[in-house]
Amino acid sequence: MSMKFEFPEPSREGAVCGNNFAAGAPGDECATASALPASPPADLATPADPVEVGRRWFLKAATVFTTTVLAPGVTLMAFGEVDGANAKPADQPVSSARRWGLLIDAGKCQDGCSACVTACQVENGIAAPTHPATDSQWIRILKATDPENGSTFQMPIMCQHCAEPPCVDVCPTGASFRRADGIVLVDRHICIGCRYCMMACPYKARSFVHEPLHDQKPYAPRGKGCVESCTMCVHRVDAGGMPACVEACAKTGNGAMIFGDLNDKTSEIAKRVATYRTTRVRADLGTDPGVYYQNI
Amino acid sequence: MARITFQKLEDHSPLFWGMLGLHAVVIAIGLGAFFYMEHHGHIVTGMNNAIVWGTPHVFAVFLIVAASGALNVASISSVFNNLAYKPFARLSGILAISLLVGGLMVLVLDLGRPERLTVAMTTYNFKSIFAWNIYLYTGFLVIVAAYLFTMMDRSMAKSGKATKFMGWFAFAWRLALTTGTGSIFGFLVAREAYDSAIMAPLFIAASFLYGLAFTVLVLLTMCRETRQQLMSEEVVSKFLNLIIIFALAVLYFTTVKHLTALYASEHHGVEAFILRDGGIYTQLFWLGHVLVGNVLPIVIAAFLSGKGKLFTGRQGLAIASVLAILGGLSFIYVTIIGGQAYPLELLPGMKVESSFLDGQIASYVPSVPEVLLGLAGISIAMLATGIALKVLPFLPHGVEAEG
Repeated sequence: MSMKFEFPEPSREGAVCGNNFAAGAPGDECATASALPASPPADLATPADPVEVGRRWFLKAATVFTTTVLAPGVTLMAFGEVDGANAKPADQPVSSARRWGLLIDAGKCQDGCSACVTACQVENGIAAPTHPATDSQWIRILKATDPENGSTFQMPIMCQHCAEPPCVDVCPTGASFRRADGIVLVDRHICIGCRYCMMACPYKARSFVHEPLHDQKPYAPRGKGCVESCTMCVHRVDAGGMPACVEACAKTGNGAMIFGDLNDKTSEIAKRVATYRTTRVRADLGTDPGVYYQNI
Repeated sequence: MARITFQKLEDHSPLFWGMLGLHAVVIAIGLGAFFYMEHHGHIVTGMNNAIVWGTPHVFAVFLIVAASGALNVASISSVFNNLAYKPFARLSGILAISLLVGGLMVLVLDLGRPERLTVAMTTYNFKSIFAWNIYLYTGFLVIVAAYLFTMMDRSMAKSGKATKFMGWFAFAWRLALTTGTGSIFGFLVAREAYDSAIMAPLFIAASFLYGLAFTVLVLLTMCRETRQQLMSEEVVSKFLNLIIIFALAVLYFTTVKHLTALYASEHHGVEAFILRDGGIYTQLFWLGHVLVGNVLPIVIAAFLSGKGKLFTGRQGLAIASVLAILGGLSFIYVTIIGGQAYPLELLPGMKVESSFLDGQIASYVPSVPEVLLGLAGISIAMLATGIALKVLPFLPHGVEAEG
């Protein structure tokens, strides 16, 4: 992101900050301190016109500040449509005009990072798994290795929010359902806990709640004996926000996840899906997943 | 042919009361196991997020499959007009109902939210084979009950038309029911071990065998209880022949299923797992399903039973039936548990791993409460049959046994 910043005279505050750093003064308390480098760049350390040095330093600091603090927010708004204008009024049904989806770039998903998983757990009140076989995992990091050449990558995997979801097909009571906007959910009021959806899901995306739970989040109802899975943070999406995992990924700076409306040709996700070669997990099964992957 | 007369169970032996008592105790323990699992959740079972259907499903599906097969004898007498089986048609019907009730009880009590049974009975997704099965099961109970009524009502039984009609109806329905049960697995596109249309006919063939085995064992037990020969030598011989035919059918469909899968290299992994590398699943497949459940019953029925042979006809029938039931449980165990133990193929051609144990063979050890709940299903079926035989004349009069 480039930025032009016309500033005829250095501001007092900027000069003070720059001068303090140039002088190596400890304990700088200006608002941008956290965004500034720990030591001044070499070119600023050479004797020169102090006003010029201060101005250049301020411009650099401002650029760093803008890039690191504001840009992610701007990017999120562009990619994730977080503005309140996109919130769905509570009294209106969801529309099939939209299809919410995710694009995950495995090439940007950094080894060892699981910020998306942690964010999902915090957001939805899911404890970090201590018993991997029985604890709920709405999203997990899948590490893949090509046995032919040993190349590896990792990617988060969760409910793929299929357009033709096998879990919805097999659910005897209709508790598993797909909203018109593509989000696949479980109605906990009529889930009888038969687990047939778990048998049918090709992605192992669903978890069965094996034991009593406490302190659930009001917007993420969960309970013993029911099946659950990623809701695409539907409570956030309906309020005009984005899933917690996407937000967390952006915060790390990796930017491996994009959320948006696949039906909106002007959205970032739709443009990227139309531009780059993407893959959907087990698309051969005809499930038409709403989660796209790059570089897998 | 002489007119067939029927009897209720009277003049009970201590063995009869002992068996009823034993089944009642097993049911009580099974209910205790259910409450334990219901209270603590499925965390106290061996099930997990990979093996989502465990031992209770093995018993439930086995009993449901056997239930439809138990109607064989009635179907053969009504639909195919074979009078030799007519004396056992009533028993066949009541046993079919009892086995289905036992299986359904286990199925329901293993739900995560069993108290929501009313939801399952009133809220349907008609695209779900599970929802179809709810109709198929309840319909089966009603139709077989009506079929029994036509057999037992004097005026209807006299003309025989209603019995024949209901016999056909029940026969068609039981075929649909077992097709539906097999399709619960056959429709699962994501699971390599299932996802095949052959699951339905395989289950139908298996149902013939397991249902017949239950019918034969109940009949032999009732021979002891009534101290009468309820089956003539001719009938024993026919039952032995049926066991051979049904076991051969099961072996045929099993062979075709695995040969078809082996032909496609994409399924080599799961086939190697079930047939060669799967440990307990491989052992249960070859030793339990193939050898004990089918080959031995065939050998015993074909070569070792009858006059002048190792076993008498009745002994051979009893042994073959017990083996068929044990083999049947093995078959359903391998199908349900083994099929889930093999990992889902998320990224074909890649090795995967995760905190959710992707890419690994899932482990499963049946817990005691699960086994107790499953056994309670069998006891429910047997107790219901025993009570029914005492209350209504389902059993034919036989020849008084010597001694």
